[in-house]
Amino acid sequence: MKFLVCISQTPDTTAKISFNGDGTEFNAAGVQFIMNPYDEWYALVRACEIREALGGTVVALNVGPAANETTIRKALAIGADEAVRINADPKSAAFTAKQIAAYAADQKFDIIFFGKETIDHNGSEVGAMVAEYLDLPYVSYASKLDLNGNVAAIEREIEGGVEELEVDLPFVLSAAKGMAEQRIPNMRGIMTARTKPLTEVQPVAFDENSKVVQYTLPPAKAGVKLIDPENMDELVRLLHEEAKVI
Amino acid sequence: MVLVFAESPRGQFKKAAFEAVTYGKKAADILGVSCVAITLGSVKDAGELGKYGASRVLNVSDNAYDHFDSQAYTSAIADIAKQVGAKLVVVSHSSTGKAVAGRLAVRLNGGLVSGANSLPVVSGNGIRVKKSVFSGKAIAEFELSASVNVLSLMGNAVKPEVSGAAVSVENVSVNSQKGRVRVKSVRTQEGIVPLPEAEMVVSAGRGMKEPGNWNIVEDLAAVLGATTACSRPVADSHWRPHHEHVGQTGIAIRPNLYIAIGISGAIQHLAGVNNSKVIVVINKDPEAPFFKAADYGIVGDLFDVVPRLTQALKKFKSQG
Ligand SMILES: Cc1cc2nc3c(=O)[nH]c(=O)nc-3n(C[C@H](O)[C@H](O)[C@H](O)COP(=O)(O)OP(=O)(O)OC[C@H]3O[C@@H](n4cnc5c(N)ncnc54)[C@H](O)[C@@H]3O)c2cc1C
Repeated sequence: MKFLVCISQTPDTTAKISFNGDGTEFNAAGVQFIMNPYDEWYALVRACEIREALGGTVVALNVGPAANETTIRKALAIGADEAVRINADPKSAAFTAKQIAAYAADQKFDIIFFGKETIDHNGSEVGAMVAEYLDLPYVSYASKLDLNGNVAAIEREIEGGVEELEVDLPFVLSAAKGMAEQRIPNMRGIMTARTKPLTEVQPVAFDENSKVVQYTLPPAKAGVKLIDPENMDELVRLLHEEAKVI
Repeated sequence: MVLVFAESPRGQFKKAAFEAVTYGKKAADILGVSCVAITLGSVKDAGELGKYGASRVLNVSDNAYDHFDSQAYTSAIADIAKQVGAKLVVVSHSSTGKAVAGRLAVRLNGGLVSGANSLPVVSGNGIRVKKSVFSGKAIAEFELSASVNVLSLMGNAVKPEVSGAAVSVENVSVNSQKGRVRVKSVRTQEGIVPLPEAEMVVSAGRGMKEPGNWNIVEDLAAVLGATTACSRPVADSHWRPHHEHVGQTGIAIRPNLYIAIGISGAIQHLAGVNNSKVIVVINKDPEAPFFKAADYGIVGDLFDVVPRLTQALKKFKSQG
């Protein structure tokens, strides 16, 4: 079995988000970066668990600059066998997907894993795009994955429920909560991660047809209106007359 | 032409489909074109989409579409987009729409905004559309410059609006790929509005002390007709089912009303709920960070306040 796990680097969940003066670029100064939680907790850990049970190789892939290697080494410490970094600034989901697809095209991966979305662009786009480039089935929001030979049994989260499905290898999957539990890398993992192979690959050309022209911060809340805990009639009145939500 | 894919899980439209067509109609007016809706598989009352602004409603009646497969759906929608000469393709930002939007953009060689929450504005090089990014902490405006572009529309971003009359459904055939995902079963909870679609949400956290106390939360939700949600530690300790977990690592929601009970308002929790229109916070700690994100706050013991609020709402409802 050969698994590819695509990992993204995102600002830490508690990071304060700001932009440069004209709002065209994210201001990374002072921001702590982490591996996108869904990629780490769910996709990567599940791929490693299946490799541990059935054998095979887990390749972690990141599209990003050399500075991302700390995040990539963490993926190796958690359990990936080797890593690939496509040396480019991941300008957009479409760009990133094109790079991953170009790399994976002739590698014969059995499953290509993604997290259900990134916590910076919240797009849920890259997995679907890679699946389309490679003409593979795509199962998104998977909360359970088991392999029986060449057939995967998957549970997929849908609005208000769960879909149980089957698909033959190879395919593309995005992982959601339920798939696995977060793993803290142990000392041995951290030590061996240093010597595991990390290959740098050069990007392919891509014509952008979408770009962010402006970032803004949401308007600040007017401030909380405190209501006497003894007087819930007043809250009901405000929700009805002022907020008009009931 | 704006093409809207109106999804019909298990043969029926939900609010998401009416929102998408309403949005498609408004976008079509802005772009000076018409709005056409496409439905896949067996669908009840597909012609109703005319009421929300579709000038034509197309259906591919093949029952192979009764189960979702992203490849089969994408190839069918893309084929129709080519047949009708679509400039903009709109899908819902749902479990179905998210799995096709990226595929469609690649197949049509188009730009994509996933989770769009504003109407398009015509600009020099194409159209501009906004979406929420950084888990609700910022807004990004995208410019799409391809000749066909794709949007997935965030739930609750527009209200379904009736602007016309039902139309008759046209059966069409498509040149599409066969799905390779085999759906074995679908389990859904009946009678509850799923969180991503809910207009009102009553959510509770660790301040509830133990799972046996949730009846006061359920009573409040029942008078409002709201869906219940919870914070992450509550789901992690199995006090409540996982699908109720909202926040950065759970479900992101944007209801009209979000009532947070005994939740401190950690940044990761806020990331999933800060797009709610109105936030009410009930917490005994006046310093709880959630009050900074709230519209209305009640500093008090939830075990007193919540039943009192339920009573007040019952009184309000009975006065009609
Ligand atoms: C990477 C990461 C991702 C995360 N993702 C999420 C996420 O998606 N969603 C999420 O919710 N959390 C998430 N968290 C956890 C988050 O940081 C908080 O720990 C969590 O939200 C706290 O849950 P809580 O508010 O229920 O509990 P607490 O923080 O324990 O708050 C309980 C609150 O109840 C109040 N209270 C207690 N008793 C009463 C009473 N009798 N009456 C009134 N008020 C009372 C207290 O004053 C307190 O404010 C994440 C954390 C990390 C590190």
